[in-house]
Amino acid sequence: MELSGAEIIAQFLHDEGVEYLFGYPGGAVLHIYDALLRADSVKHILVRHEQAATHAADGYSRSTGKTGVALVTSGPGMTNAVTGIATAYLDSIPLVVLTGQVPTGVIGSDAFQEVDSVGISRPCVKHNFLVKDVKDLAETLAKAFYVASTGRPGPVVVDIPKDITDPNIKIPYTYQSSIEMRSYNPVTKGHPFQIKKALELMLQAKNPVFYTGGGVVLGNASQSLRSLVRRLNFPITSTLMGLGAYPSSDEQFLGMLGMHGTYEANMAMHDTDVLIAVGARFDDRVTGHLEHFCPTAKIIHIDIDPSSISKTVKVDVPIVGDVDDVLTTMLEMLKETEQNSDTEALKDWWKQIKQWRKKNCLRYNKKTKSIKPQYVIEKLHEVTDDDAYITSDVGQHQMFAAQYYKFEEPRHWINSGGLGTMGFGLPAAMGVQLAHLDKTVACVTGEGSIQMNIQELATCMQYQLPIKIINLNNRYLGMVRQWQEFFYEGRYAMSYMESIPDFVKLAQSYGHVGMQVDQSADVEEALREAFAMKDKLVFIDFITTREENVYPMIAAGKGQHEMELAPDSELV
Amino acid sequence: MRHIISILLENEAGALSRVAGLFSARAYNIESLTVAPTEDSSMSRMTLVTSGSAEIIEQITKQLNKLIDVVKLNDLNVSCEQHIEREMMLIKLKAPVSSRDEIMRLSNIFRGNIIDVSDDVYTVELTGTSEKLNAFIAAFDCDSILETVRSGVMGIARGSSSLHL
Repeated sequence: MELSGAEIIAQFLHDEGVEYLFGYPGGAVLHIYDALLRADSVKHILVRHEQAATHAADGYSRSTGKTGVALVTSGPGMTNAVTGIATAYLDSIPLVVLTGQVPTGVIGSDAFQEVDSVGISRPCVKHNFLVKDVKDLAETLAKAFYVASTGRPGPVVVDIPKDITDPNIKIPYTYQSSIEMRSYNPVTKGHPFQIKKALELMLQAKNPVFYTGGGVVLGNASQSLRSLVRRLNFPITSTLMGLGAYPSSDEQFLGMLGMHGTYEANMAMHDTDVLIAVGARFDDRVTGHLEHFCPTAKIIHIDIDPSSISKTVKVDVPIVGDVDDVLTTMLEMLKETEQNSDTEALKDWWKQIKQWRKKNCLRYNKKTKSIKPQYVIEKLHEVTDDDAYITSDVGQHQMFAAQYYKFEEPRHWINSGGLGTMGFGLPAAMGVQLAHLDKTVACVTGEGSIQMNIQELATCMQYQLPIKIINLNNRYLGMVRQWQEFFYEGRYAMSYMESIPDFVKLAQSYGHVGMQVDQSADVEEALREAFAMKDKLVFIDFITTREENVYPMIAAGKGQHEMELAPDSELV
Repeated sequence: MRHIISILLENEAGALSRVAGLFSARAYNIESLTVAPTEDSSMSRMTLVTSGSAEIIEQITKQLNKLIDVVKLNDLNVSCEQHIEREMMLIKLKAPVSSRDEIMRLSNIFRGNIIDVSDDVYTVELTGTSEKLNAFIAAFDCDSILETVRSGVMGIARGSSSLHL
């Protein structure tokens, strides 16, 4: 088969089984767009801003486990995509981002819409390529998908100069389904000796706790994790990124840990003697002050990325390997040896945990007339089923969603954890909805975040995406305001949002349904009404209490055991 | 502690900047860095001198290994018992008649070669460890040194252990 570079891209994406391509055309990618139109092999989703293309591909990937693909033009197209690429990088999401580039002959001449895409993206990609010869194109694309999706996943940028896609230059093409690279051989099998050593430590533990992260979700290890945690009867806590890997409703689940985690989770972490970290990376929002982090614990760390191990916290038993593979091996070893955990010690440990749970750290006043943001999330959880997908933006609403929406399944909680990208929620929800056309998808957001990619309401109309937007509108940049209240004596510098649009009319102007709710008593009905409109995007603007704070909280620089709970006046 | 890390790198455009970028992005030290193609034209050999605590050096080697263009690497201070390191220097010295004997004598002591001579300037070529080159420089006062150029350290393991595919 003789194809041009542009046709090779269209054909390769088809052969690779790519379902959706999120993109925005421009001069440097016109040959590719022409070939895509004629080939009609991959569904192209036209976003309204390149950042949204990368977030949508990202949301698609997080909710399916498949590699998300985006296509943008050179120069500003590429720079707009960078935020989405960095978002995917920090959360280890497999993306392939194809960026157009000026023709090879003029690279370096400051040509129109030229930027050094490989240079700009280098620090926020797993790897990137510049294709300098059309003969290398197919192999480079194959490498890009291979690198993005294997080992610790991540985004890969392929920069393609316009002359490489010239429709008049045709070369033979064959699809390479597998690829080998001498410099890239990710480890998958954990070392059996290390696994055995870890297991011995776990079986002797008196106060063990599992601390699991996004790696469990990415590594599809949810089932083996559930089996192992139940088999051992250990408590388990999860990071923001790992929510859903273990069911929130389960008695052994302590809730999220970290800065806005539960009291019981952080206290269990502080007092544990054996910590089993699985696919988690000891982020500063999790550890708090390192000196006070798990002071009495022996630490076992299972991760596919060797550089994650002992990066910030020195661990005692490192296991490099695929998380699912390691957990499955542990289960098999337990079966063979028929050993059990220390049941007597665990009884005491659970008793202690029960004491901590009595604090009921997520209590809040439900009897207000005005709308508490926590209440909206609780009701959202009530009116949606366990198979609903929830995306979020970044800020207080994100923490409320993580705390009060009880996730039961992996890949159903989609948010920007590492980079904390405002504007992520809506475009990510588009990718999720396209991947799951018949499922419920809601985007929890705030009036600050939603305006960072509000233009995507047009994309949602074009492709008839019935996303439900839950806008927690407190007229403040809530998380910024909270920090200013706590740490800047209440000086609210630029955290107040003036000139907020009428979101109801705005949604309507795009052809969607807009609703506004300002009474607590109306929340549930409004949600039920919105979710009953199965084929429509509904934007619900909840006017919430203005100065709500996210509790519990470990202030930056404090230890895990120094949690601040909501003041009594807040509790009922 | 000072470590010498030898790296086999894909001979790709941008490979060098990935290594250099990693060091600046993660705030690691680079004391010197030298790179050139090997007998296999698809690969370059890089020698990188860095310093840091044991934990930082461990992170550096892990992060380097994570770069897709890094084929293989060795920390010469960890992976082999002994290693040899060499650095080359070209140094241009003021050579008025009164100090020519001294320059020649010092060059001999340090086993250097005078490789260029003009009316009142000598250029000396010197190979050895970094300390040796430093010592040679220290033997002259600043005013008499017109220019120095150093290759950066190259390193190789002693004995049969070697860094190859």
